[in-house]
Amino acid sequence: MKRALAYMVLTLGALLVIYPFIWMVGTAFKTLPESMGGSLNPLPQAWQWGNLSATLQAAPFGRYFFNSMLVGITVGLCVVLTSLLAGYAFARFSFRGRGVLFGLVLATMMVPFEITFIPNFVVITRLGWYNSYAALIVPWCANAFGIFLVRQAFLSLPEAYYDAAVLDGCGPLRFLRHIGASMVKPTLVTVFLFAFLGSYNALLWPLVVTSDPSMGVVQVGLASFVLDSGVRLNLLMCASAFVIVPSILLFLVTQRYFATGALGSGLKE
Amino acid sequence: MSLWVGFSDGLDRVLAWADGHLVGRSGRPEGGRRAALCLLAPALLLLGVFGVAPIVSTVLLSLFDLRYGNGAFAGLGNYQEALQSSAFWNSVRVTAWYLVGVVPTTIGLGFVVAWGLMHVTQGRTLFRTLYFLPYITSAYAAALVWRALLNPQGGLANGLLEWIGLPTQQWLLEPRGLLHVVTGGAVAADVGPSLALCCVMAFDIWHGLGFTVVILLAGLSAIPQELEDAARIDGAGVLQVIRHVTLPLLTPTLYFLLLIGTISGFQAFNSFYALTQSGGNTLGTTENLVIYLFANFYDNGRWGYGAAIATLLLVAIIALALVQARFARRWVHYS
Repeated sequence: MKRALAYMVLTLGALLVIYPFIWMVGTAFKTLPESMGGSLNPLPQAWQWGNLSATLQAAPFGRYFFNSMLVGITVGLCVVLTSLLAGYAFARFSFRGRGVLFGLVLATMMVPFEITFIPNFVVITRLGWYNSYAALIVPWCANAFGIFLVRQAFLSLPEAYYDAAVLDGCGPLRFLRHIGASMVKPTLVTVFLFAFLGSYNALLWPLVVTSDPSMGVVQVGLASFVLDSGVRLNLLMCASAFVIVPSILLFLVTQRYFATGALGSGLKE
Repeated sequence: MSLWVGFSDGLDRVLAWADGHLVGRSGRPEGGRRAALCLLAPALLLLGVFGVAPIVSTVLLSLFDLRYGNGAFAGLGNYQEALQSSAFWNSVRVTAWYLVGVVPTTIGLGFVVAWGLMHVTQGRTLFRTLYFLPYITSAYAAALVWRALLNPQGGLANGLLEWIGLPTQQWLLEPRGLLHVVTGGAVAADVGPSLALCCVMAFDIWHGLGFTVVILLAGLSAIPQELEDAARIDGAGVLQVIRHVTLPLLTPTLYFLLLIGTISGFQAFNSFYALTQSGGNTLGTTENLVIYLFANFYDNGRWGYGAAIATLLLVAIIALALVQARFARRWVHYS
């Protein structure tokens, strides 16, 4: 009885939560008058598959998508590398000032990027990086959250693995490459996922450091499409779906790592 | 394939060479401060240049009256201007209402969902995935969907109201207070958050709920089942168990969520920008601190003034985090 109630509440909640996505996909393939009609039925009477190509022709979404993927994947890989090295060093090496340094790294999590973007913009323009991939990639190649997660993962590994490898003549870097990295793989996938999504979903920074349409990422492309598309709601929803679906797919593919990577490593103190 | 083998061998040789230098002759590798600093260098360099240094520069920039990078030293002029500006105080109010509305509601709803998920046997992973989906999607793109749903002309929200037989609303275009609208005008229009702001809050609650649920699930699964069982056997009802067993043991997780929620509440930008800004229709009642900062920087080129707002924002975040840390001693139990 109580369990039935729990199922009912959860199902109702879940339907409410995903309804906007269903509505988005349905509206994306409606005719224009149908999409504007305020109908309570989210699904189209007849699926207008032509909307997809109409959207891709209305704005260079192919180019935006390429830019976003290039930037997002590069950022994700760089964050994995810097977090792996730094998290490993914080977990396995002891040196003077380690606690202070790690505290300082964590403190950067407290300061949102919205506060520091003006000087960062100044630095980027001084470097001549305005309207370049470097401006979209380099500032995001390390983050405190990734370092924190990797450190937690290494702390939860038994030290015996490391000692055995050292006895066999393996140094710290080769240990990291051949043994350590694969042992914290779920964490690394989680770090990649968050870094990629952070980059892929960012809007403020790309708005600030790019103006050339050929450098546009999907979020900026979508923002200018809002202004250009006027009231073509069906195409706008098609474009939104085009932006949202890749991140959902990526999440679904990686989520079994995510569950162990984020939940298994210390967020639960 | 042989290219990869060659690359892999080469990489190994480079790593072995580097290992030799990192470890030196000191014996046990963990001892090396030099080795640790080498490993930390890339991350620390990036975090220093793009994370720590800009905090100092923001404070410095805020002392200049910069227009697009040119301007003279202005002392505390920018701060003086901000503290006397009604637009600034309006954005402070909007941010405050937003925090008060979003943070507790998200945690409360998140708890209901997470608690429900702990008590079902089938489909827990599926439910968790569904609730998590909004969190990983672009806030901007998802907000466009909400904007269409809340469109006064032909949007679904008004369609529903018409169907039930209630008067339609202006939603995101409504600057009058929520209480004013709900009570049919009994409360003055400028009391409390506007209906438009409440729509933005509802969006961000929807968008952030999944993250809260996942963190709460981790916290709940760390609570030993025996404790709840023991309380039940002693005759406690469901609500009593939640109140006296579950919630006290969950306080560290709740504190973590409160802190994270407050910080990210201060920095909300994408939802406000997508729901209320683009399209040229801006209501003062939905201009939060970051939107105000961005408008001054981007539209007016007032870099120095923007930096002053950013500094005030940082001070507010640190102050609120310290206040929360102080109160946490009273209500957070670490077992």
